Formats: sequence, C-alpha cells, structure tokens
Amino acid sequence: MTAGAATRRTGARTTAAHRGSALADLVGLAPAMALFGIFIGVPLLGAVVLSFFHWNGLGSPHWAGGANWAQFVHDPIAGQSLAVTAKVVALSWVVQTPISMALGLFTAGRARYRSVYATLYVLPLLLSTAGIALMWEALLDPNFGGVAALARSVHLELLRQNWLGSANLTLYVIVAIISWQFIPFHTLLYQMGRRQIPEVLYEAATLDGATGRQLFWRVTLPQLRYTIATSSTLMVVGALTYFDIIYIMTNGGPGYTTRVLSLDMYQAAFLQNQFGYASVLAVVLGVVGVGIALALVRFTGFGSMGSQQEGAT
Amino acid sequence: MTAPAAATAGDRRAAPVRSGAVPGHRRRARRRWRPAAAVAFVLATVWLVIVLAPLYYMVLASLRSQGSYLTANPWLPSGGLTFGNYGTVFTAGLGRYLVNSVIVTAGCLIVTLLFSLGAAFRVVRNSTRGAAASFRVLLIGLAIPIQAIIVPLYLLIYKAHLYDTLAALILVMSAAAIPVSVLIMASFLRDIPQELIGAVLVDGGSEWTVFRRLIWPLARPVLATLAIYDGLNVWNNFILPLVLTQSSSVSVLPLGLTKFQGQYAINVPAVMAAVLLSVLPLVILFVLMRRQVMRSLGAIAVR
Repeated sequence: MTAGAATRRTGARTTAAHRGSALADLVGLAPAMALFGIFIGVPLLGAVVLSFFHWNGLGSPHWAGGANWAQFVHDPIAGQSLAVTAKVVALSWVVQTPISMALGLFTAGRARYRSVYATLYVLPLLLSTAGIALMWEALLDPNFGGVAALARSVHLELLRQNWLGSANLTLYVIVAIISWQFIPFHTLLYQMGRRQIPEVLYEAATLDGATGRQLFWRVTLPQLRYTIATSSTLMVVGALTYFDIIYIMTNGGPGYTTRVLSLDMYQAAFLQNQFGYASVLAVVLGVVGVGIALALVRFTGFGSMGSQQEGAT
Repeated sequence: MTAPAAATAGDRRAAPVRSGAVPGHRRRARRRWRPAAAVAFVLATVWLVIVLAPLYYMVLASLRSQGSYLTANPWLPSGGLTFGNYGTVFTAGLGRYLVNSVIVTAGCLIVTLLFSLGAAFRVVRNSTRGAAASFRVLLIGLAIPIQAIIVPLYLLIYKAHLYDTLAALILVMSAAAIPVSVLIMASFLRDIPQELIGAVLVDGGSEWTVFRRLIWPLARPVLATLAIYDGLNVWNNFILPLVLTQSSSVSVLPLGLTKFQGQYAINVPAVMAAVLLSVLPLVILFVLMRRQVMRSLGAIAVR
C-alpha cells in the first residue's frame, strides 16, 4: 500500500505543494538557524577576523596582519599549553576508555545487583563540574582534607601529598578527577552498546566452542566499534576543551603545569585584555577540535548516524 | 531490554559475555566456581567505593560545624551533626542562584526543544535544498567547541547590551544546544517511513497535518529525552555564566558555588552544603525518574 502511495505522490506533486513545503521550511528551520547563526556562527567568524587585529577591548581595533599569529608561534607558554592539552587528551582517553568499557560490559549483565550498581555509578553525572571541583578541593586539602585524614588514621604516608600544588603530580590528579566525572557517562554508552549486540552472535560463537576471551575479542569488541567511536570522539573533544575543573582548582598551576589551551586563551582575553591574541588561541582550539572530530569520524567510518540499529534489531 | 525477574535469577552468576549462552551450558556454569564473575564483582565494587566515598565525605562534611570538621575524623559520623550549614548558605544567596538556575534552564529548554523540533521536522522531510544545507551547517556546528568562540561571543553580548543578564545565558545556551538537539531529534524522526508521509500528502494533507499526525506522536518521548540531556548540560554549565555574567543577582548555581568558596574559603562544611543543595533538584528528579534518565543518556549515545 505504501509503495503505491509513493508512486502516486510523485505524480501528484504540484507547485502548490512545493510552496507549502518551502513555507514550512521557513517556519520550522528559520528560528533554529537564526539563533545558531547569530550566537555561534557570527562569533566563529568573529574569532577568525579578530585574530588579525590588535585590540585591548577599549577604543577601536588596529589591523595587526599576522602579528598575533607570529606571537603564537614564538610564545613558549602557548607551546607549553599545547603540550599540556595533548597530555590531558591522551591520558583521559587512556584512563577512561578501558574502565568505561569494563564497567559498561559489567552493568549490561542481567544480574539484579548489577543494575543497582549501574544506578549508583550514574551519581557523579548529576553534579556540576563546579561542585565536583569544590568537593575534590575539600578532599585533597593537604592539612584538613579527607585524604590527609585517611592517611593519618591508616598511617599511609603515600597518601600525604600536596595533591594540587605539586609540579609532578597535579596534572595526573586533574586527569583522575576528570575521569571520575566522565567515566559514568561513558559507562552508560558502553552499557547501551553492549545491549544492542544480538545475543544470537554469542549463542552461535558459544556453540562453536568459543571461550569467554574469544567472545570478547571476536564478538563484543568488533560489535562495539560504533560505541567506541562515539565515546572516543566525545572524550577527546571534551578533554581538549577542558576548562572548568582546571580553572577552579589550579588555575593552570603550579607554574604552567596544568595550563591547558582553553585556560591560556581565557587568561589572554579576560585578564590581559589581548583579544586579538586570545582569538588566535581560540581559532587553534576550534581547528584542532573540528580536525580531531572529523578524523575520528572518518577513521572509524562513523558517518551514518542511526544505521547501526537497523542491523541489530 | 528489561528482563523479567524469572530470567534474571538464572543469570545471576553469569558474566555479561556469557548471558546468552545456551541453557545447558548455563546450568553447568552455575554449579562451577566462576573466578571471572568474582573478579568482576570485586573490581566493580572497588569502583563503587571510588564513586561513593567522595560523595559520602561531602554529605558528612556538610553536616558538621566548622570546628568539628577541623578536629574530628571527617570520615566518621562522630560528634554533633547539624543541618545549620544548609540554612546559612541558603539565606546567604544560594536561594537566589537556585531561582536563576531554574529560570535559565526552563527558558533554554523551551527555546531549544521548540526550535529543534521544528528544525528536525524539516530536516527529516528534506523537501527543499535549504533544509539539507541547514543540516550540514548544524553537523559542522556540532564539532565547534564553545571555548573557541567565547571571546567574540562576549563582545557580541556586550554590544547587544545583554551582558550580565539571564536573557544572554538563555539565548547563548540554547544556540549551543541546538546542533546536538536537532541531530538527535532528526535521528529519531527518521524512523517514520517516507512513504507514510507521502500518503498523508497525497490524501490532501498539508505539512501541518504531517506534523500533527506523524511527527508529533513520535517526537513526544524524544522531547523528554532531550529535556533531560539538555537540561543537565544547561544546569551545570560553568564557562558561559563565568564570561557573560558578573553580578551575584544573575549568578546561576555553578558560578554561585565558586563565589561561595571565595566568601567562605575556610568554612568547608558550608561550601559542601552549598554544593549538595545545588544538586538536590537533580537528585530528586533522578530518584523520581531513574529509568527515564538512564535511558535518555544512553539513547543520546546510541543515536
């Protein structure tokens, strides 16, 4: 019946119908596109334009040519923050992916205690980043914090560190806190991904004598490729723009050891009033972000949104 | 997806990869000692402790006087516990921040859901070249980090005389939420067969009829999903309020919390009480609709 209707539809297409859908497009699309264009599109172009001007926020901008870009190339702090950013991105991925996958597979199991665990695992997702930062600051305070108190009562000197003021340690502490915050979300992704895998695949493989380990490498992992792609993209792009926890907890310190690119940009703009130079950093951040996202999408073949479901159900 | 209780009981010991094993296999597995399942249980419990211990610490700290926080063991509920800190921070401005957060989140959700629904409908209809082009623009928009545009955004908001207003937050956060919301909505609406839409049009229906009869019934549950996802993001956003507002009278909760910290730097119990109060609405929501929340966050991912 539907196929017949489709052929009739193409025949019955009139200019009136065309006009109707054009009007509907205007009503449906214009508000969303206008809002997006004004508050995202215009600033995006603005960042590119501003990167070629000197401006301290007062008076009028002066044409700078490539001066801001030259400054960026020779700025040791910018180089340092690029390196720190790369480190945060790589470490967050390496820490979060295996833990999230393991927890996701665990919570996808049917035993009832696992769904209780799954519910409790979600709790960090409800907290704001600001809240998480303040909570961990209280925990990690070297004198009165919870970790220090724990170290005193169990006599573990290892736990008595200057967690947020050590040049060697603080970056790892930040990555750990980021992981604490985001592993719950990625666990949910992997849990959903695992539940999408048809049980038939496992039954067939088990009949063929596959071991638990083989089931993981030959069935689970290949079937999770879209989930891995989604999760990795979100993780990498998320870590790249990570700002809140670092801004609140260390403000880039000690020294420049946790100063990521987004923080560098924030300080250039709102503390040093170098809007032109800050825009250079912003453009770099945007280009790297979009570049990584596109690369991951292409690399993993994750272009066809939603099509993964059709095969599974 | 939700297995009946009877099936659950049989699977209790099975590792996730084994849950689909044939019945005979499963029965044998149940009698045998399963080291893999035991290891999984232990590791999962370790992670549970990592998740819960900081939260437990925060709750306990928020119930202490400043003096007992500094002297008593902060992990044990000994000494006097009090709800006094909650009253203190609520009257010291947290109430105002809470109201602001509610206004901004509600405003954003209305704008985002309405606009995204309209846009996703047209994207799925795909009847003009404009719709296809708009969708491509939004796809690119998905990858743009908000940090990359924060400087010109601040200047734009300043020039538009919207600096330090809740309206600025509502407009910008909605704009930022639109790409992902349209994408998710559209991916659900694509489940409607094009033939069905064609049939409605052939029967003399207008675009409005298509929307009312086909799109709206399918979109309603997705709106709930999006409301949870977008709502959580807006409620917890930090960088936009940081850059676009200044006065305490328009501070939302995440920014307000950091102001509290500046104010009560050494009064950790008060700061912890403020953090917990700020998350209380979400916890209540989560307790009431736990399944819906978890399914929403998962559905976002799968689509």
